[in-house]
Amino acid sequence: MNALKAIIARDLRLAFRAGGGAPQAVAFFAIIAVLFALAVGPDLSLISKIAAPLIWTGALLATQISLDQIYRADREDGSLDVIIGTSDELILTAAAKAIAHWLSTGLPLIIATPVLAVLLNLEREAIVPLLLSLAIGTPALSLIGSFAAALAVALPRASLLISIIVGPLYIPVLIFGAGAAAAGASGDPQYGANLSLLGAATLFAAAFAPIASAAALRSNQD
Amino acid sequence: MPNLYELANPERFERWARPAIPWLSGATIALLLAGLYYALFNSPADYQQGESVRIMYVHVPAAWMALFCYSTIAISSAVGFIWKHPLADVAAKEAAPIGAAFTFLALFTGSIWGKPMWGAWWAWDARLTSVLILFFLYLGYMAIWRTFDDKARAARLAAILAMVGFVNIPVIKFSVDWWNSLHQPASVFRDGGPSIHASMLPPLFLMAGAYMFFFAAALLQSMRNELMARRIARLEGGEKKTAATLVEQ
Amino acid sequence: MIARRWSARFCAKGLAVSRGGARIVSDISLDIGPGDAVILTGPNGSGKTTLLRALAGLLRPDAGETSLVAGDDEHGEDGRGGVIYCGPQNAAKAALTVDENLRFWAALYGAPGARIKQARTAFRLDPYADRLAGALSTGLFRRLGLSRLIIAEKPVWLVDEPTASLDAGSIEIFLGHIADHRARGGAAVIATHDALEIDGARRLRLSQSASS
Repeated sequence: MNALKAIIARDLRLAFRAGGGAPQAVAFFAIIAVLFALAVGPDLSLISKIAAPLIWTGALLATQISLDQIYRADREDGSLDVIIGTSDELILTAAAKAIAHWLSTGLPLIIATPVLAVLLNLEREAIVPLLLSLAIGTPALSLIGSFAAALAVALPRASLLISIIVGPLYIPVLIFGAGAAAAGASGDPQYGANLSLLGAATLFAAAFAPIASAAALRSNQD
Repeated sequence: MPNLYELANPERFERWARPAIPWLSGATIALLLAGLYYALFNSPADYQQGESVRIMYVHVPAAWMALFCYSTIAISSAVGFIWKHPLADVAAKEAAPIGAAFTFLALFTGSIWGKPMWGAWWAWDARLTSVLILFFLYLGYMAIWRTFDDKARAARLAAILAMVGFVNIPVIKFSVDWWNSLHQPASVFRDGGPSIHASMLPPLFLMAGAYMFFFAAALLQSMRNELMARRIARLEGGEKKTAATLVEQ
Repeated sequence: MIARRWSARFCAKGLAVSRGGARIVSDISLDIGPGDAVILTGPNGSGKTTLLRALAGLLRPDAGETSLVAGDDEHGEDGRGGVIYCGPQNAAKAALTVDENLRFWAALYGAPGARIKQARTAFRLDPYADRLAGALSTGLFRRLGLSRLIIAEKPVWLVDEPTASLDAGSIEIFLGHIADHRARGGAAVIATHDALEIDGARRLRLSQSASS
């Protein structure tokens, strides 16, 4: 337990310290939103209509670009050997790495979302459903993503491969997440069902991704 | 009757696979000719879709094969991962491009079929969208094999990904159906597809049979090629270096 | 602080290890007893790192097995977790301070907090406790990497190229810890290209066998 806590604390410290990836992921998230708004043009009603799906896609992409670092930096400097060598249960260690990734990427994205929502003219009553769907869904993005990162840990330039692998696996999370955000904003009775399905997708990822990550890490030892 | 494990030994595999391939190819051609005859000449045009319904005899079995090939990959992967059987890894690897080709065929013909229905080449129909995502799963799987030089490692990682993908297919399928029901209630491809007349079944099953035999023949041939390539690589690599051992000084 | 004592016996029998589909080392048998040190040599690419990683359990061998009797209370019959591998990389984060790195290792190895200071002092890193590891010189950074030997306090040390970037004084410090470790009944294998003077050490060389 101490070891897992130490891994999470260390990863967070590294993510937020100079050179860490956490602020960059948030900045990337904001840039996606701005670029998209500029591409669409200053049509406020159109922008506000696509704001929630856009923020969901932006959160997904911002998560995706930060996945590469979850294991690769540890492998390059040798600390992955120490982590795997001292791990009693690699599945729990993999879960701890995914939790650390969510705390350093998913959570900051959620915190930044209200600002982006204002920027994109999202309706007031749409903000809470959007935040709720992100809170339930983004952990699945970190979990699934950490699996892809574990698969590609031995590759020097893996972000493209990771993106190809996680893309299809992210689809249910995106559908239920963006669906919940939309249904919640419009008072659609499907809101609750969408949120439940999103929660189920996250639980599913929580159950399987650490097992698959541990298997991938073991297969990548050399 | 030799047991399965003996059949899976690479030398034995070569001994039964080579003579099997011409038979499988012959069956493919025979079924394909019969299927195309029924599909093109000996089946009614649809009262709604007209002659374009005939594309379905190419499209629907291709979509079946897309899923069947991925299942083959996942099962072979599990066998290769758990029992470390190299032939299972080779089967999984070589099934992927064939499955991806069937998936692409299903997408391509689905798009052609949809054009007169929807007035667009692509209308985000739930089934076609699921097939498209399956195509991406194939691409990710093949990317793993392409990326890693070390075949043993590639086999293990690709197997993990194939199993993860397989477990996710029902989830993805459900989510896409859900998404579609929210956004686009009306679809040509309703549950169970467009109503199937009994006269459509012979060409459908003949085509599906032709695809199956083609898959078997192509898979065996690709596996033979891959095994041969590995044997050559092993012979070439074996001369370069011998393993080191400890010597007291 | 009471230093731990062991009576370590670490054995390998018929070990064969492959990487990338090619057999790198084979027929490796070793028997290292308490207080033993082995200096492992061999040209680049002969498989020293591969062998050490397999001995540490980080690589699965194709054949053969390793066994460890630690001879203490903490490690069970199978001696699991009784080996530390200290690779050519330092396993330290440049963006963390010396103490933060030490504390992280201590948490992973389950070491008591007091050992952090002990490890820091052992490798003369006290003046740099709050310095970012990335700001240390190469030699000091290597000393930080080696200090996890003290943190982990394992009966068997497998050390890969420990002295490559160390000056004479630092090598002296490291050899002192090897001697201390042996005196306490521990065992060590050191892979190196340098001519290290270690009393009573066995010298083993990895070389390509005639038969294959």
